[in-house]
Amino acid sequence: MGSEEDSAVKEPLDLIRLSLDERIYVKFRHDRELRGKLHAYDQHLNMILGDVEEIITTMEIDDETYEEIVRTTRRTVPFLFVRGDGVILVSPPLRTAI
Amino acid sequence: MKFSPALVEGGTVLLLFFSYFKDLVGREVTVELKNDLAIRGTLHSVDQYLNIKLENTRVVDQDKYPHMSIIMKIDYVHACGVCIDLSVRNCFIRGSVVRYVQLPPEGVDVELLHDATRREARGG
Repeated sequence: MGSEEDSAVKEPLDLIRLSLDERIYVKFRHDRELRGKLHAYDQHLNMILGDVEEIITTMEIDDETYEEIVRTTRRTVPFLFVRGDGVILVSPPLRTAI
Repeated sequence: MKFSPALVEGGTVLLLFFSYFKDLVGREVTVELKNDLAIRGTLHSVDQYLNIKLENTRVVDQDKYPHMSIIMKIDYVHACGVCIDLSVRNCFIRGSVVRYVQLPPEGVDVELLHDATRREARGG
């Protein structure tokens, strides 16, 4: 693992730096998830994502049968600024073998 | 597209998104608020708190939330942090009520964003 720049991983935000220009998964408040390419972020976890898919999950309970109906709503946005105060976690979308 | 000098220095002033939004002034954006209201307009100005001023604003009509459109027709300040001047459709949005801002994809140098982010991250 070369270090062309100062790429030592010292603190959690450095882990996110490793994902710059990569696709990431973001868990967001109010049962929302985002998947997109990370173009920029800051210490507040404000982010700019490209080619973003937003997935909103809602759960309804049927009045009679009491079964839980899980619905997901999806939409795509080409380029999105995300305010950091809604972010819960940031992760690579999938682990692939190196 | 240039970022402010304060950003490029060692990293004591970390205002990457403030600089980015300043470069976007004059472009059309859609601001989605935490109360699900979406407002489209021309970016007039922004500050370090990412408070946003829009011109030529209109509500992105989502039939899901017709009551939100009605709130938008009320003059002046109300609790959700959006103040609208109906005579010229200008609008001030408090930064903390923003959930997303849909940005114009054209004319954005993503490499510049990546470099600025790496520099900013290093300063922390």
